[in-house]
Amino acid sequence: MNLTLYVWRQNGPEDKGKLEQYEAKNVSPDSSFLEMLDEVNEELIEKGTDPIEFDNDCREGICGTCGCVVNGQPHGPQEQTTACQLHMRQFSDGDTLTLEPWRASAFPIIKDLAVDRSAMDNIIESGGYTSAYTGEVGEANQTLISKPDADYAMDAAECIGCGACVAACPNGSAMLFTSAKVAQLATLPQGKIEAAERVNGMTEAMLNAGFGNCSNHYECEASCPKGVSVKFIAKLNREYLKALPK
Amino acid sequence: MILDGKCPTGPIEKSWDNHCFNMKLVNPANKRKFKVIMVGTGLAGGAGAATLGELGYNVEAYCYQDSSRRAHSIAAQGGINAAKNYHNDGDSVFRLFYDTIKGGDFRAREADVWRLAQVSNNIIDQCVAQGVPFAREYSGLLANRSFGGAQVSRTFYARGQTGQQLLLGAYQALARQVKAGTVKLKPRTEMLDLVVVDGVAKGITYRDLTTGEIKSSWADAVVLATGGYVNVFYLSTNAMGCSVTAAWKATKKGAFMANPCYTQIHPTCIPQSGEHQSKLTLMSESLRNDGRCWVPKRKEDCEKAPGDIPEDDRDYYLERKYPSFGNLAPRDIASRAAKEVCDEGRGVGPGKRGVYLDYQSAIERVGEDTIRERYGNLFDMYEKITDENAYKQPMRIYPAPHYSMGGLWVDYNCMTNVPGLFAIGEANFSVHGANRLGASALMQGLADGYFAIPNTISNYLAGVKPGEVTDEHPEFAKSREDVQARIDKILNVKGKRSVSSFHRELGKIMWENVGMARSKESLTKALEAIPALREEFWQNVNVTGDSSGRNGQLEDAGRIADFLEFAEVMTTDALHREESCGGHFRTEHQTEDGEAMRDDENFTYVAAWEYKGEGKAPELHKEPLKFENVKLAVRSYK
Repeated sequence: MNLTLYVWRQNGPEDKGKLEQYEAKNVSPDSSFLEMLDEVNEELIEKGTDPIEFDNDCREGICGTCGCVVNGQPHGPQEQTTACQLHMRQFSDGDTLTLEPWRASAFPIIKDLAVDRSAMDNIIESGGYTSAYTGEVGEANQTLISKPDADYAMDAAECIGCGACVAACPNGSAMLFTSAKVAQLATLPQGKIEAAERVNGMTEAMLNAGFGNCSNHYECEASCPKGVSVKFIAKLNREYLKALPK
Repeated sequence: MILDGKCPTGPIEKSWDNHCFNMKLVNPANKRKFKVIMVGTGLAGGAGAATLGELGYNVEAYCYQDSSRRAHSIAAQGGINAAKNYHNDGDSVFRLFYDTIKGGDFRAREADVWRLAQVSNNIIDQCVAQGVPFAREYSGLLANRSFGGAQVSRTFYARGQTGQQLLLGAYQALARQVKAGTVKLKPRTEMLDLVVVDGVAKGITYRDLTTGEIKSSWADAVVLATGGYVNVFYLSTNAMGCSVTAAWKATKKGAFMANPCYTQIHPTCIPQSGEHQSKLTLMSESLRNDGRCWVPKRKEDCEKAPGDIPEDDRDYYLERKYPSFGNLAPRDIASRAAKEVCDEGRGVGPGKRGVYLDYQSAIERVGEDTIRERYGNLFDMYEKITDENAYKQPMRIYPAPHYSMGGLWVDYNCMTNVPGLFAIGEANFSVHGANRLGASALMQGLADGYFAIPNTISNYLAGVKPGEVTDEHPEFAKSREDVQARIDKILNVKGKRSVSSFHRELGKIMWENVGMARSKESLTKALEAIPALREEFWQNVNVTGDSSGRNGQLEDAGRIADFLEFAEVMTTDALHREESCGGHFRTEHQTEDGEAMRDDENFTYVAAWEYKGEGKAPELHKEPLKFENVKLAVRSYK
C-alpha cells in the first residue's frame, strides 16, 4: 500500500507548528499504524531529517501512552482500538491521512504528536484512590461484593488514561476519564466511605487543569479505545449531587 | 568470591517473621530525614514508592514514561497467584513455595521464595482494600482460575487485565502519597548513571527526556525497580522502552548481574507477520486453560486449512508428552515443545513458525458465550492483529521472549552487593530460578514493593546518617560529565545506519544463538558477533538531532549501546552454564527424550557476574544454593 501523510510537526511547545507532507510507501497491510510510522521515520532518518516524535510504549493497547488524531478521529477509524493496535488493513491504497496531536488546552504539546497529559495524573492525585495503608487490611473475602457491582466497577476501571476522550470532546472535557475512576471506587464498598471527598477533589482538579465541562456530545465514548460508557458521567453527576452540602 | 545471600536460618516457616523482628527499625520521626530514590514505577516500584512514602520516608520516584501509571506491568493479562486455598483443593503457602521452587528448576533461593509465598495472601487483601476489581463469583466471593505449572486453582484475576488493575491500584496508592507530599514523581526521566561514593550508592544521574538536561539527585538509598531485559532479543513482548539500561549502569558501577542467561520464552504469543514487526504480542497463558495445542501429524497437512485436518491427523503434542499437566505444562516446557514440532517441519502459518491453539472442544463443552466471557478481550486483540476470528478457527501462536528471571544480584534484603543499592521486581534475580511460573511476576512485583523493601530498607537506613552525602559531592559532577560525554559520543558518530537496524541485528544474533536452544557452537558464534556489531555501532550509527530536547532516537541509541554490552555478559553466562535448567536449554545437555538435564553437582549456584570493562571477560562469583525444605529432584510434568 502507498499512502500520503500530512503530519503535524512542532518543535517544542513554543513553536507554531505546521502540517508536513510525507509519503508512506510499500506499507504492509499487516503492519500496525505505529509500525507504518516507524518505517516513515526510518526513511526520514536516512535523509537526515528529524523523525516524527510520537509517544508509544506497550504497543498492545493497554498502557495508554500512544495516540494521535487520524483524519479527525482520536486513535483513527477503528472502533475501540488504540493507535498501536490499529492495523493498516483498515486503510486503502492511495489514502490520505492527516495526523495531529491530541488538542486540548490542558494538554500542552511537547513535540510533534507528543503531548503532556500530566493534568490527568493531577486528577487522580486529588482523590482517585482509597486511603488504604499497606499492612493488615483484613481478609479479602471478608467483604463480599456482588458480581454485578464488581463487573460494573471493572467496566469503569478499563480506562487506560490515554486522553482520547479529551481530544474528541469539543469542550476538551475530561469527564469520561474522571467519571470512570469515581464510578469504579464509589461502587465498591472499599471506596464508598471517601466517595464525597473524592468526587469533590477530582472534579475540582479537573476544572483547575483547564478541562471543559460535559455537554453531552458523547464523542468521548465514541473515541474511547476501551469502550468506557458515558453512563459513568451520569454516575459522576449523581455522586457529585450526593456530595453537595445538605 | 563466594557470595552470601544473608538468608535467615531456622525453620523456613518462621524465616520471614523472625527476620522482620530481627531487623533494625528507623524511628517514625526520623524517617522523613531519609531520602530514597525509586527508579521505575511498575508494580514493584510503584508499590514500593507508595509504601515507603506512607511510612514517612522522603521518596523520589523516576520513570521514563509520561506517567507512573504506564509501566509495562500494565500489560500482564492472566493473573496473580496467592495461596488462599479458597477452593479447598489442597493449596497452602508451602505448596506455592514448593511449586515455585520446582517450577524454577531448583535454581532459586528457598528463603526468598518462602517470603514470596507467605505474603502472597497479604497482597490479595491489600489490592482488594485498594478497590482492585477482581473477578467475583455470584456469591460475592473472589473468583480463581488455574494456570500453568500448578495443579491447584490459585490465580486471582481481573478479566484479561490483571496487571493493569494491580498497577492502577499501586499507582493510586502512589498518587495519594504525591498529594501527601511524601513522594515526588519524576516522569519522563531516564536514569543514566548510578552515583557511588566510597563504595556506597548515593544517588543517580538522569536525563530529563523532555528538555534533554542532565541532572543528578542524591539519596540515602537507591532502589532499582526497572524491569527486565528481554528486549535484547529486539522482538519480545516487552514495551518499546523496556531496557537493561538502569541495571546495566549499576553493573558498570560494581553491582553484580546474576544469572542473565535465564530468560523466559513465553509459549503463547502471536507469530511474527513480517519484517516490519516492532514487537510481539502475548496472548495470556490462561488461554491454555481451555485451548488445546496441536499441529498436524504429517508435514504434508501443514498447508491445509485447520478445519480440513481430521481429529486423527492432529498431534496434541502437549497432551501426548505431558499427560498429567497437558496443555498447562510450564512455559519453558511448552515453548520448547512448540519449537520442536516446528523444527520437525510441522509448524503452521507463514514461515511455518506457529502452532494451533484450538478452542473448538472448549466451545462445544461450555459454549461460545462462556469462552467469550473468559477470554473475549484476548480474542478481540487477536483478531485486530491477525484479522482472524479465533471462535471460528484455531489461533496460531509461537513462543516469544517475555521475561527475564535473571537480574541484579541481591541478598535476602533485596540489596545488591553495592551497599545502599537495592533491586526489586523483575530487575533482581531472586525468586524465579531458571523459569518463572505464570501469574508469579505480578506476585513478585507486589511482594517486593509492598512487603519486602519497606521492611528491609529500614535495616540498612538505621545504620546510615541521613543526608551525609548530597549532590554537592564531586562524584555527582563527575557522573554528569560522564553521562554527557557518552551522549556526545553517540551524537558525534554521524554514521549511516539507523539505531533500530542495530537493534534488529542484535536481536537476530541473540534469538538465533542465545534463544530457546543454545549450544557451545551457537554461543561462541554470538560472542564473536556481538563485539563486532558493537564496534560497528560506535562507528556507523546515525542519530539525528541533538541532545537539547526531546530526541527519541538518542534515547533508543543509549539503550541499544547498553544492550550491546550486556548481551556479551548474558551469552558468557549461557556458555559457562554447562547444564540445561528451566529457560536455559543447552542442546548438549538433554535426556534421550529431549528434556532438560540439570547438573546439580556442579551448577547448584547463582552465577553473579562482575563487569570488568569493555573487551574484558566478566568475573564470575558464585552463591551456592541450598535446598533444605524441597528435595532436589528431576522436574517432571509427565
